[in-house]
Amino acid sequence: MELTGAEIIIECLKAEDVDYVFGYPGGAVLHIYDAFFKQEDVKHILVRHEQGATHAADGYARSTGKPGVVLVTSGPGATNAVTGIATAYMDSIPMIVITGQVPKALIGNDAFQEVDSVGITRPIVKHNFLIEDVKDIARVFKQAFFVATTGRPGPVVIDIPKDITAAKTEFNYPKEMVMRSYNPTVKGHPGQIKRAVDIILSAERPMIYTGGGVILGNGSEQLRVFTKKLGYPITQTLMGLGAFPASDKQSLGMLGMHGTYEANMGMHNCDVLIAIGARFDDRVTGNLEKFCPYATIIHVDVDPASISKNVRVDVPIVGEVVQVLNDFNKALEQTDRTPNASAIEKWWHQINEWRSQDCLKYDRDSETIKPQFVIEKMYEVTKGSAIVTSDVGQHQMFAAQYYGFDEPRRWINSGGLGTMGFGMPAAMGAQLAHPDDLVMCVTGESSIQMCIQELATCRQYGLPLKIVNLNNGCMGMVRQWQEFFYDKRYSNSHMDVQPDFKMLAEAYGHVGIRIEKSSDVVPALEEAIALKDRLVFLDFITDQQENVYPMIPAGAGLNEMILV
Amino acid sequence: MRHIISILLENESGALSRVAGLFSARAYNIESLTVAPTDDSTLSRMTLVTSGTDDIVEQITKQLNKLIDVVKIHDLTEEAHIERELMLIKVQATHEARDEVKRLVEIFRARIIDVTDTTYTIEITGNGAKLDAFVEALSSITIHEVVRSGLLGISRGDRVLS
Repeated sequence: MELTGAEIIIECLKAEDVDYVFGYPGGAVLHIYDAFFKQEDVKHILVRHEQGATHAADGYARSTGKPGVVLVTSGPGATNAVTGIATAYMDSIPMIVITGQVPKALIGNDAFQEVDSVGITRPIVKHNFLIEDVKDIARVFKQAFFVATTGRPGPVVIDIPKDITAAKTEFNYPKEMVMRSYNPTVKGHPGQIKRAVDIILSAERPMIYTGGGVILGNGSEQLRVFTKKLGYPITQTLMGLGAFPASDKQSLGMLGMHGTYEANMGMHNCDVLIAIGARFDDRVTGNLEKFCPYATIIHVDVDPASISKNVRVDVPIVGEVVQVLNDFNKALEQTDRTPNASAIEKWWHQINEWRSQDCLKYDRDSETIKPQFVIEKMYEVTKGSAIVTSDVGQHQMFAAQYYGFDEPRRWINSGGLGTMGFGMPAAMGAQLAHPDDLVMCVTGESSIQMCIQELATCRQYGLPLKIVNLNNGCMGMVRQWQEFFYDKRYSNSHMDVQPDFKMLAEAYGHVGIRIEKSSDVVPALEEAIALKDRLVFLDFITDQQENVYPMIPAGAGLNEMILV
Repeated sequence: MRHIISILLENESGALSRVAGLFSARAYNIESLTVAPTDDSTLSRMTLVTSGTDDIVEQITKQLNKLIDVVKIHDLTEEAHIERELMLIKVQATHEARDEVKRLVEIFRARIIDVTDTTYTIEITGNGAKLDAFVEALSSITIHEVVRSGLLGISRGDRVLS
């Protein structure tokens, strides 16, 4: 039987086991929306802005490991999605973005709502397609899902002219996909693995440094076995939190610009660095000239281009983290050698001395609400069980520092691109994927306003998010940098007019609570969590002067932190 | 250092702009770039000349490999290879210049492929340096137009990019 292009798209989504599509209709995708209307297998979530659709699909993907799917129209629909696509690209999130396009005959004519979506998105996708024939739809979808979810994952855009969605052909979904030009490496090189294990076992001051790749590659279990077996200290990047439990004593917390003193000092002084699924981002390394001066570096990554990009490594291993960690663990089991116990004990002694600095201390008795206090209490009240999303800025760092993540895919934030406005829509995607879990969005009054319209989407679909708004009346991180590096010239970082967030939440049909005293923080959190089926917007009025510590200033090395 | 990178890529619309876009987005340098379909019409062969430190060229090859449309790549400068470039050049050919140009054409083993009362159009192939030398040799003649193909490269011996 012949199907229309639009019907074929639905069949492809069904074949890929897609349960939710996040989208917004428009002229070029009307045939596709009509096909949505006639079926119930794939549910469509109607957002209020295309940026919200991409972030929601992203949050869905990060919390499940399955690709998020987005459907938007041509022109402004596609350009509004760009920020969300770039966000997913920078953090290697599998995503399929279907963009409508003007009919084939009009392409290039400056037609109504026409943009070159393939051209605009080219630098921010893993791959993209313009479908030129209805017969290509099934193959392109199969390829798109294959490319988006394998190797180093990433977003894939499929641009479909309107006339193609009306044209008809037979539907045959390819069972397998082999591409001569795309074949990611899976297994690590055995010789390199042997070399790495030798170096790992000879280490006197080892550090394990892991990133988002361990979470994306579902290697958390293998990482735990590896780290436990060795007894070495481990630090995780912003994107990697949760792969190894924060509550374990081997965990030194996050590293980098706002990482812990013990993690950064450990990095600087280590003699063997075991980097797994991390990409030596500038927020992690600080000044490259001063980075890990004494270390032999082993780097495991599925993307060869990530290896020796910023930092020359001594033992590169290209492969999937699960495969390589399994090989490491097998090798460690089979060898008679054990770690150098006395050296490691001495190393832990040194690390614990750094730890005793208590670099995350702050005034816990303050009557004015400290942002750190809110996160700490949030952790206590939820017992660390929530899925936490965040926006970008000080609150993001506080959440990363003070909410201890023990499990992967429970901490969702925009690390690479640093997209304000990400948190709430991402939480929507996570909540849809995990209807029975507590999903909390830690945000600030500046970030939340960038996608505030999605409060209506939450209402429409009954998504009971708990929004923790750390409201300090300014762009906290901008203010902090202006205080430190611009002689307190607070240029445009303070918004003189803010909405009443309690009333705003109520206007959208949600519950709003304003909290102004530290003593009210815990009762408010408890009240919000008790309202299981309602979205609660908690507007915490926090100390404007609070800064994120510790901090590595730009250009400094990891051993040159500013402590409180 | 200068590197000549041979790339086999899917002959699909947009493949060229993916390569060109990669170079501009990552601030890599392109000295020349030629591309055309091969005997297999689903594949294009590109020769790209770039320069940079070893670290940069390593990243360039890795990033090129990452492009989904790229099937295979090879840095020709790592081993013995042949470089060729085609140049078409139109010069003023009047009075004594007519003979002088013919002599130079002979010396450089070029060919005159079009003649008018006042001009010659010359075809010449060789490596970049030979073409530069030919232009230099014509310095006393009025040059109207120079068209160069950019470099083509292939490995010596039985090594094949496929």
